Amino acid sequence: MPHDHHDHDTLSPSGHPYRADDDAPLSYWQVMEIAVRELLVEKGITTASEIASQIDTMDARTPSNGAQVVARAWCDPEFHAALMDDASEATRAMGFDIGALKLIAVENTGDVHNMIVCTLCSCYPRNLLGLPPDWYKSRAYRSRTVREPRSVLAEFGVILPDKTKIRVHDSTADMRYIVIPNRPEGTENMSQNDLAGLVTRDSMIGTGLSITPPPIGA
Amino acid sequence: MTKPKIPSPARRWHDMGGDTAGPIPMEQRPDADHDFALWEKRVDALMILGSAKGFFTVDGLRRVLEDLGEDAFETMTYYERWIMAVNQNLIEGGAYTTADLAAKMADVTARGDTYGDAAAPVK
Repeated sequence: MPHDHHDHDTLSPSGHPYRADDDAPLSYWQVMEIAVRELLVEKGITTASEIASQIDTMDARTPSNGAQVVARAWCDPEFHAALMDDASEATRAMGFDIGALKLIAVENTGDVHNMIVCTLCSCYPRNLLGLPPDWYKSRAYRSRTVREPRSVLAEFGVILPDKTKIRVHDSTADMRYIVIPNRPEGTENMSQNDLAGLVTRDSMIGTGLSITPPPIGA
Repeated sequence: MTKPKIPSPARRWHDMGGDTAGPIPMEQRPDADHDFALWEKRVDALMILGSAKGFFTVDGLRRVLEDLGEDAFETMTYYERWIMAVNQNLIEGGAYTTADLAAKMADVTARGDTYGDAAAPVK
């Protein structure tokens, strides 16, 4: 009986394929990474397990953290108020510690759509969304988002009415933003947990919208 | 008396907000995102740990990244630039010397031709 072949070696825990790294020719910068890492261990500055544990911590940070925050803000008025007042503290209390950085939640409304960018570098609310996608760090996104947000949004398939005001928030090394997208219509009876499933990463960056569920019975 | 008009200072290359640029690189859209390679995750971890242990701040990292200049931004990948900045800051912070680094890099290079071989634990 043939043995089923599984893809467990080719998919990461997040379900994405790993980038090839072990079989391509060794690069100068990879050599530097190995050397720096081994030197820090040899000098007693860190340990291999501390490095592995840090990678695990980062891997565990995914947009589902942010989605839980948004869904709770939709359902829990007291939490919503705390989040808008001090997002660093409100998300820390949920176990998503941003450390010494300041986090600001910016909320979409019927009139206002928010987007976040880091024009200078790649600052991103890692505690809620994990590592930033490549396009967030690209010249095109960094340059154009503060200049022509509507055309950037259009490239992401988001077309907003002309009357919708677009606010772009430029992150810094010390201050990060998270967008609280609009709660989709027709979701009044959904649980907080199910609502979190409607909150995409891009909706929390502002390059997307939350998912509107299909009507029941459709 | 009118105030003299101060010309706006020239922006450095990394201060790119407001520039014109091409389309957002769409092959890197969320659905097409790849996870990061192990060596890239390790660079990220070294950045966090080196900073947590007080060898540098995010400002120190950014100084090196910005001083790398625009050519490096176009020709090196994100984590290539980051390992360079982390290394520079660790040396400045006294974690190890340039001689330590040179010797270790020669040693690593001699282990093999792939990342897997070179990163294998030394027996």
